[in-house]
Amino acid sequence: MLGEGIIQGLVETARNFFGSYVGKERLTTVQYPEERHPLPEASRNFPFLLYDGSDPEKGLRCVACQICEKECPPRCIHIEKSKDKKPDFVGKMQAYPAVFDIDVSVCMSCQICVEVCPFDAIRMDKEFELSTSDRFGGLLWNKEELSKPNEYYQKIHPMEAAETDERREKELADAKAKAAAAAAAEAAKAAAPDAARPAAPQAPKMTPQ
Amino acid sequence: MKITPEAADQIFVTLKQWIVAHTPAPWQTLVGIIVSVGAIIVVFAALFALTTVFERKGLGRMQNRYGPNRVGPFGVFQPLADAVKSLTKEDLVPRAADHVVHYLAPLALVGVVFLSFAVLPIGRNMVAVNLDSGVLYFFAVGAATELAVFMAGWSSHNKYSLLGAMRAIAQMVSYEIPLILASVPVVMIAGTLSTVEIVERQARYTGGLAHWYVFTPWGLAGFILFMIAATAETNRSPFDLPEGESEIIAGYFIEYSGFKFALFFLAEYIEMFAVSALGITLFLGGWSSPIALLTWIPSWIWFFAKLLALIFAFIWVRGTVPRLRMDQLMNFAWKFMLPMTLVVIFSAGLWRFLPPTVVGPGFLGGVIRWLVCALVIFAPYMLLARALERGRRIEKRTYRFAE
Repeated sequence: MLGEGIIQGLVETARNFFGSYVGKERLTTVQYPEERHPLPEASRNFPFLLYDGSDPEKGLRCVACQICEKECPPRCIHIEKSKDKKPDFVGKMQAYPAVFDIDVSVCMSCQICVEVCPFDAIRMDKEFELSTSDRFGGLLWNKEELSKPNEYYQKIHPMEAAETDERREKELADAKAKAAAAAAAEAAKAAAPDAARPAAPQAPKMTPQ
Repeated sequence: MKITPEAADQIFVTLKQWIVAHTPAPWQTLVGIIVSVGAIIVVFAALFALTTVFERKGLGRMQNRYGPNRVGPFGVFQPLADAVKSLTKEDLVPRAADHVVHYLAPLALVGVVFLSFAVLPIGRNMVAVNLDSGVLYFFAVGAATELAVFMAGWSSHNKYSLLGAMRAIAQMVSYEIPLILASVPVVMIAGTLSTVEIVERQARYTGGLAHWYVFTPWGLAGFILFMIAATAETNRSPFDLPEGESEIIAGYFIEYSGFKFALFFLAEYIEMFAVSALGITLFLGGWSSPIALLTWIPSWIWFFAKLLALIFAFIWVRGTVPRLRMDQLMNFAWKFMLPMTLVVIFSAGLWRFLPPTVVGPGFLGGVIRWLVCALVIFAPYMLLARALERGRRIEKRTYRFAE
């Protein structure tokens, strides 16, 4: 019948209209600043530097090896190595970056710096609301702005962080075992002369026999 | 002081009389006119502001999204933001435009559109002018909008605006005929052209039910045809070809910016209110209540409730139906609307000369008359629909090279 289709259409729009006040499935908009979709685990934006513990100066993992600086395709990383050294997480004395700058206006979020870092010191952030009124200084991030704790990393990339943490714990355990072994060897070595020393007097004792 | 229903009903009439009584005698006529005109302009401009935000929110809900909801609670102050925006925009006039006509077109449109409210009864005793030929006056004034539209389209010196104006003229002239013919049955049955009189004819009650013309078969069909023609007459979707955002950008007001654009927008909505108000006056009993039990509610509340319901219907249709093509529009006007309105006129004549007592005894007679008059409309409708659909059945398309 003529006009039937229009009535069907009217019913559909009426269902949409009244349904939008009842159910959420007819009103799918996410009201962005107030509500937001959770970001996918693998989403990434710009790199940041990880530190262990609570003090970013002390716990910063970066040892200023400058591999990322050399590998960065758009060359947005600038590192100046420190003159002195500080112990890393296993207690080994390492250099640290005196200056670590990333120009995020140049960064292309390729993640190569993360892939090449042998110290798990640089990772990709998810933060995307980065607008600033200062287009030069505001987009050139220094070491203090880049440093974020490991807990933050665990929060934004839980799976990746768990894997990294496991590896680092193993590394630390290995290092400890090695240190313990070394200490034991040292102790053994130290003990050996001790053992030899009491033996030594025996020798003369034995010699007369 | 206790407010009786009568006093609440007549509160604005009393207020106007009080204002007029407190002015010096030589000025009283002028003050009375200014009060009426001022009230109409303020009330309907405010309604326009409300409608814009409700339309955007309603359309949004129909399309599974929120409408504007940032300005104020639930976005109700959006019209204020729109007003500030349109007032602060630069007023551009094309160099090649006819400056005088370009300037006058929005003013002519708004002025003409507001004129039609002069004869529309907003409530009991609430009409600016009680003309004996009110319906005729309404259509005469309504036809003048076409001139303003063409002024805008022609003076802009732009191909899109000219196309839009030509479409607008073709459409408005075509649909004016079914619009007027759809209101002819009411004039025939009421026996008067006065809008006040027509409403009073419908404000009578039999068995608690009002004598609205929409309750009769010819009135129902006439009302539907009237509203379709009114949609086309006011260039609203699905008949918004003169605007046609996706084809000719904004049609006849493409070269208008800032407040002149806002005036066009205002005029479009005021026109919609005016033609809805006429539909209410002719078919929905104007300011009268549908059942005798509810007559204690003030008449002006009834009028505005009906107006808001019709505005919602306009928004609903806009959210549902896609825009027509030009040939579909013309075919619909001349091949469907025109014959159907003529059929409705015939049915109304049958209704007039077939009193219930002739057909059968008492209540049964009334029912039989209703059914006979409905059949007189419905049978030609079915035949016409079948004739129109013949030959345009969509066949399965066969491809020679694809597939």
